[in-house]
Amino acid sequence: MKKTFTMLAAAAIAATTAAPALADLVVPNLSYRTGPFAAGGIPYADGFNDYFTLLNERDGGIGGEKVQVPECETAYNTEKGVECYEATKGQGALVYNPLSTGITYQLIPKVSADGITLYTPGYGRTSAANGKVFEWVFNYPANYWDGASVAIKYLLDENGGSLEGKKIALLYHNSAYGKEPIRTLQELAKKHGFTLSELPIDSPGQEQKSQWLQVRRDKPDYVLFWGWGVMNSVAVQEAANIRFPMDKFIGIWWSGSENDVLPAGDGANGYKALTFNGVGGDYPVYADLKKYVFDAGKGSGAGDSAGSVIYSRGMYAAVVISEAIRKAQELAGTPKVNAAQVRDGFEALEITDARLEELGLKGFGQAFKATCADHGGAGGAMIQQWDAAAKKWSLITGFIEPDHDVLDPLVAEDSAAFAAENNIAERCN
Amino acid sequence: MPDQLLYAMEVSLNGLMAGIMYALVALGFVLIFKASGIFNYAQGVLALFAALTLVGLQQGQIPFSHVINAIFGTELHSFGWTLPAIVAIALTALVMVGLAWLIERLVLKHLVNQEPIILFMATIGLAYFLEGLGDVMWGADIKKLDVGLPQGISETIDALTFNAFGYGFFIDRLDIVAAVVAALLVASLTLFSQYTKYGRALRAVADDHQAALSVGISLRFIWVLVWSIAGFVALVAGIMWGSKSGVQFSLSLIALKALPVLMLGGFTSIPGAIVGGLIIGMGEKLFEFFAGPLIGGATENWFAYVLALLFLVFRPQGLFGERIIERV
Repeated sequence: MKKTFTMLAAAAIAATTAAPALADLVVPNLSYRTGPFAAGGIPYADGFNDYFTLLNERDGGIGGEKVQVPECETAYNTEKGVECYEATKGQGALVYNPLSTGITYQLIPKVSADGITLYTPGYGRTSAANGKVFEWVFNYPANYWDGASVAIKYLLDENGGSLEGKKIALLYHNSAYGKEPIRTLQELAKKHGFTLSELPIDSPGQEQKSQWLQVRRDKPDYVLFWGWGVMNSVAVQEAANIRFPMDKFIGIWWSGSENDVLPAGDGANGYKALTFNGVGGDYPVYADLKKYVFDAGKGSGAGDSAGSVIYSRGMYAAVVISEAIRKAQELAGTPKVNAAQVRDGFEALEITDARLEELGLKGFGQAFKATCADHGGAGGAMIQQWDAAAKKWSLITGFIEPDHDVLDPLVAEDSAAFAAENNIAERCN
Repeated sequence: MPDQLLYAMEVSLNGLMAGIMYALVALGFVLIFKASGIFNYAQGVLALFAALTLVGLQQGQIPFSHVINAIFGTELHSFGWTLPAIVAIALTALVMVGLAWLIERLVLKHLVNQEPIILFMATIGLAYFLEGLGDVMWGADIKKLDVGLPQGISETIDALTFNAFGYGFFIDRLDIVAAVVAALLVASLTLFSQYTKYGRALRAVADDHQAALSVGISLRFIWVLVWSIAGFVALVAGIMWGSKSGVQFSLSLIALKALPVLMLGGFTSIPGAIVGGLIIGMGEKLFEFFAGPLIGGATENWFAYVLALLFLVFRPQGLFGERIIERV
């Protein structure tokens, strides 16, 4: 009995810690399916996993090499995220996408030392868009500063090209993530003559009465919002409670999922959010996902979140990573690429509108081309608006370009400071 | 009247209302600590579990459906019914009683006469287990809780204050309901403990375990009873907080809001939980209003603890806690 138990235990340990076969392409998924932020972490992880499953099932992997996606639970906790990185990097990890700005900040020096790509689409350290300094980090197609600038550009369009004298409040998650857009918005306030007020909310953000009473007193013309998790749904509810006009309340792309608006019911109608990817399940790729993944019982989750905002974004991250690996294989002349070759693939990646159409994702994202110096992409984003009656998001603009005249010097300044602190010599000269 | 004074009055009122929401969570801690000396780390998770169960039952969600579907390849998700809120609440209360019984049978029974720290650690384990169980049973997506509670600005208070001061105060109707519910809850608990047989037994156990045992009171029954009541209080807190923010896993973190209330009000006093909640709620909101803009805002989480610590310096047992004097 004891021997049987020991054998079973050994088999269980072997099964749970089995490293992928050496020939596999390993893309660890540092996910969070537990804890306060699980409602966003689960669909993102499912979209990420399901796209790689689709490639494995439909195409036999990428370039004939199967993709392994070992998952590690971070609970959106920075320490656990670093533990997950350390636990999985030895498995031949090619790229990481931790979906956490806090974890990203901790991993930047580690991936740089270990020679593994860190891909942070729409989150993380904004100035990592500067490839001259951040060799191993990529954050295209858009970053937080792009998001802040796109929001202001949209408001400029709404106001006949001028925000002079307007009051804009930034309500933000009091963390590295939430503080990212402040510098950019301060610069944009100087340029366009609006007044910016900053209202931090401590995580997780279940109690926001003070902040919304202040909004009610100050009567800003617009509220911009950088929230995540329960903070989002509470903010939408509080805005509805004080009868703040929802069409003047604009969230970043991490504050614009179905989870954020459904709890507020009709009160959320008209709320707007940025997005750097298409919404809904009408893209042809979903037919393939249904055929090869969901109907085959190989879906990562229950399959009920497919087409939702966060699922789509997780899938989009997997699409870009798989295209970068494909590019790396092309450059290296072999399907068995290593981490350094995958980084080269990221740096040479170009995703065109035609390629998106081939992938069954016509119009889903903005075309972009990376270079040695540009790891951030074009930075465009669209505005989506919530229809509470139909319970769906609709895109109300096309891609809006950020203000590169303001952003580029900020990126250069911040990345130069990082380079000086870490004795990094600029590349790409 | 100066605008700043009006705003401060509005902030104070909202602070009092927020404090009642904190007190609802703190009450569950007090009940269990008073009766058994256990600091129940799982109280916040009990509120989460109760709210998840309530929404699941109300919406006819099949528990463990993800697991069942994964094992048997089925597509089961819903029973296809929608229960009236009152029925769902009653059924959830029964589930919480069943849970209390299971906790006594599987956890507490085996830890009789152990040090309080052992029992505290057991409740930590219980908290994580229940959080995982809730996830597996009902899923981790955010759920809308709708039991018919009103939300949004109270027009009456808005109009009254506007007529009186020229500025309409914002008070959330949900907070008013929470205040009424908290008052009813405290009154019911007081009546129960003062005038019923089981209530008196509960107080006897709280006063002296050994003496209560010697007169034939079953300690195990009392534990089931008190955990059931704490489960019901958790259900009430879960309904209020779930209506406010949707039912999701950060609901368990509302326990963090209850801790300074307990420190201030005392771990053994039901009125202390209410008064402590009111002081913490109003104190943190006023501090945020006056000092927040000067020091960058987001002061509420930490200031609540500072306020509680200040009180502790002068009254270590809390405002209403029992003063323990041990002579050697």
